[in-house]
Amino acid sequence: MAETLLKVEGLQAWYGESHILHGVGFEIGRGELVTLLGRNGAGKTTTLKSVMGIVEKRTGSVTFEGKETVGQPSDSIARLGLAYCPEERGIFSSLNVEENLLLPPMVRPGGMSLGEIYQLFPNLQERRRSQGTKLSGGEQQMLAIGRILRTGANLLLLDEPTEGLAPVIVQRIGEIIRQLKGRGFTILLVEQNFHFAAAVADRHYIMEDGHVVDIMTAGDVKQNIGKLQAYLGV
Amino acid sequence: MFELIGIPPQALFGQLLLGLINGAFYAMLSLGLAVIFGMLNVINFTHGAQYMMGAFAAWLMLGILDVPFWASLVLAPILVGLFGVVLERVMLKRIYHLDHLYGFLLTFGLALVIEGLFQWKWGSSGAPYPNPIPGGYNLGFMFMPTYRGFVVLAALVICLATWYGIERTKLGAYLRAATENPTLVRAFGINVPRLITLTYGLGVGLAALAGVLAAPIQQVSALMGTNLVLVVFAVVVIGGMGSIMGSIVTGFGLGLIEGLTKVFYPPASNTVIFVVMALVLLIKPAGLFGQTK
Amino acid sequence: MVGQMMTPSQGMIVAAAVAVLALAAPWFAYPVFLMTALCFALFACAFNLLLGYAGLMSFGHAMFFGMAGYFYGHVVKAWDMPPELGLLAGVGGAALLGLVTGALAIRRQGIYFAMITLAFAQMVYFFCIQAPFTHGEDGLQGIVRKPLLGGLIPTKDDRVLYYVVLAIFLFGYGAIYRFIHSPFGQVLKAIRDNEQRALSLGYEADRYKLLAFVLSAALAGLAGATKAMVLQFATLTDVSAAMSGEVVLMALVGGLGTIIGPVIGAFIIITMQNYLAATGEFVLVIQGVIFVVIVMAFRKGVVGEFSEWWKARRSGPRERPAAAD
Ligand SMILES: Nc1ncnc2c1ncn2[C@@H]1O[C@H](COP(=O)(O)OP(=O)(O)O)[C@@H](O)[C@H]1O
Ligand SMILES: [Mg+2]
Repeated sequence: MAETLLKVEGLQAWYGESHILHGVGFEIGRGELVTLLGRNGAGKTTTLKSVMGIVEKRTGSVTFEGKETVGQPSDSIARLGLAYCPEERGIFSSLNVEENLLLPPMVRPGGMSLGEIYQLFPNLQERRRSQGTKLSGGEQQMLAIGRILRTGANLLLLDEPTEGLAPVIVQRIGEIIRQLKGRGFTILLVEQNFHFAAAVADRHYIMEDGHVVDIMTAGDVKQNIGKLQAYLGV
Repeated sequence: MFELIGIPPQALFGQLLLGLINGAFYAMLSLGLAVIFGMLNVINFTHGAQYMMGAFAAWLMLGILDVPFWASLVLAPILVGLFGVVLERVMLKRIYHLDHLYGFLLTFGLALVIEGLFQWKWGSSGAPYPNPIPGGYNLGFMFMPTYRGFVVLAALVICLATWYGIERTKLGAYLRAATENPTLVRAFGINVPRLITLTYGLGVGLAALAGVLAAPIQQVSALMGTNLVLVVFAVVVIGGMGSIMGSIVTGFGLGLIEGLTKVFYPPASNTVIFVVMALVLLIKPAGLFGQTK
Repeated sequence: MVGQMMTPSQGMIVAAAVAVLALAAPWFAYPVFLMTALCFALFACAFNLLLGYAGLMSFGHAMFFGMAGYFYGHVVKAWDMPPELGLLAGVGGAALLGLVTGALAIRRQGIYFAMITLAFAQMVYFFCIQAPFTHGEDGLQGIVRKPLLGGLIPTKDDRVLYYVVLAIFLFGYGAIYRFIHSPFGQVLKAIRDNEQRALSLGYEADRYKLLAFVLSAALAGLAGATKAMVLQFATLTDVSAAMSGEVVLMALVGGLGTIIGPVIGAFIIITMQNYLAATGEFVLVIQGVIFVVIVMAFRKGVVGEFSEWWKARRSGPRERPAAAD
């Protein structure tokens, strides 16, 4: 494995009184694409949020490039070089497409330029003056991904980018994710669509009830397909 | 034509001008309230007291340091805005997680304290502030005192600049986004707590700016904002707090309606805005420019 | 709440002690002070009924309290009618005003509701400045006390009047108690806690809220009319925004949403005002400071903080329940 970029150990998280994560651990090397798989409610979204520091309470250890982030506010964490694309996409309705794209500030040098992003997502350029939430679901997803590419962050957290989208768009997003990996982005991807995940990822962590219960590399998937289907309940 | 309905045009236009001036203050103050509410979830009851502080700051600076009006127009809002920043840091930020009502109560209490202290120190009778641009123009149909004309124009410029700042600039985009989803904006690396403090300071500064503009027209007194803020609440209910342009239009419009009422039925002039509020609640409860959330 | 913290026998003892205290009070405290405090206590309870049990914070309750005083004064002085009719006019007038303003105000919720009630109260205030029957800045002065029940109860004697006021207070307090514990009050609480759910169960939430609003207005009116009867005047102070704020403060100091809190809060604030009357505008400053301190640090008020301390003392130091507001 490449040099470790993100390392999560014994991560616990709570929403109010309810204890959701019970000691999650995994790691990602620089340039890798790793997925979190698991059924609905397993704690995948909560894991991403905990990494970003936007859950009410979390303990354990999350280090990014060796720096501990537990205890830091989310804006400081983001400025280390992590960028988050939430499951609900989080497009701002009071901002137009271009304002949405330009909203996240640069956190590091080396991000993509607006022109490169428009090249990747030509639809967005056409509609750059439209209200963000007037876009189709697929376009909103592209906008949500596009806007975190400018910032120079080198770790992207993508939460179910294919959820609820038509197969052609899922395919397009698959291509884009591969391109991003090719450009050197490190990606932590949460997916329910495991065919999609299997096609792009180096490694899979399987979550159940707030724990990581299994790890599979891309090569393991073929032999263990039955086990994986059992985990995911498909 | 006006003589036909028994109203001399001088009186009509004179009252309309007064209405426009009142409307200018309603617009500036409701704008600040709306911006603050959007970011802080607090209805800033202290707004009237901060407007008064703006007028007082100008008056004191003139009296003690001989600072001219035009300098006060810049300095007073900054001073009062900084005071707002301190309030936000020390108190308001500790109650955002609570029900909106607590913010209302806290700022109400602060208004009592501030107004009470000013009243204690300087009494409640009020002091005049010299008109910085005396004189006026005869427009034919009416006499227009220069300063009053200036106030209307200045208020328009201030309102439009605020609109521009919020709707067309980068900082404005941060504000709008953080009003919608502060958690996500913060997760993008933006220091949202600092943005909130800044917003409060700007909103308070806007109130103080209105206060400086009001000083030469009204008596500078500890209670000059007490009733005004209550009328502005009605303005905010009428307009709804969703839209910046809506706040501006509603503010000026209600000022004009008030002016017209003074011409046609003077006894109702200080209640007409509340009557409009009742009508709006009947017809469009969310407010003229508001969305039901 | 306080009642639940004690065993039945402890409760009986406390109740008996309170009863004795209430009956004996005019012999060792100024009756006029006590009567004023009782009027404000009833006013605060009426306000709290709306906030604590319907979840609606009115910031304009002075309009009911103050207007009822004017109604009482006008009926008794200008029309020279018996005080019972004056009280009735106060209650009825306030209820009617509550019906109109309430029907409009409940169209919005939360903070807007507070602003709307405040605005309506300000409208009433401006109206009172101009309307002839209120006598503007001077107020309605010299509303002579007349005997009650056709001469049966002489009210010139403060101590006698005290028992009348105590009876009125207990009547109002009892009405609130009954209301809260009636099926109607239960529905109201359900609406407060989850309006959507109550609506889906078929309750017309707005009708319940409006009824609570009218009842609260009527009781605030009873308090205001009684105050005018006791002090023999009605002035602009009682319809002002400051008075609306004062009743909020009383409920807040005592403990929002507790049934006894507003009574305690009213006594605390009235006592404080009594001692500070000479300091002029500093009364307002101090009230402002109290608002700030309570919102920042003691949101549960005297009763809430006390009952928490009591519970913590009983169940050992470990158990400190999380904030319930
Ligand atoms: N805001 C919240 N408050 C309370 N519980 C939550 C909240 N969000 C999620 N949960 C609970 O946390 C668990 C994990 O949720 P989540 O992380 O969203 O799962 P996944 O993304 O794997 O579907 C679920 O049981 C869910 O009900
Ligand atoms: Mg999820």
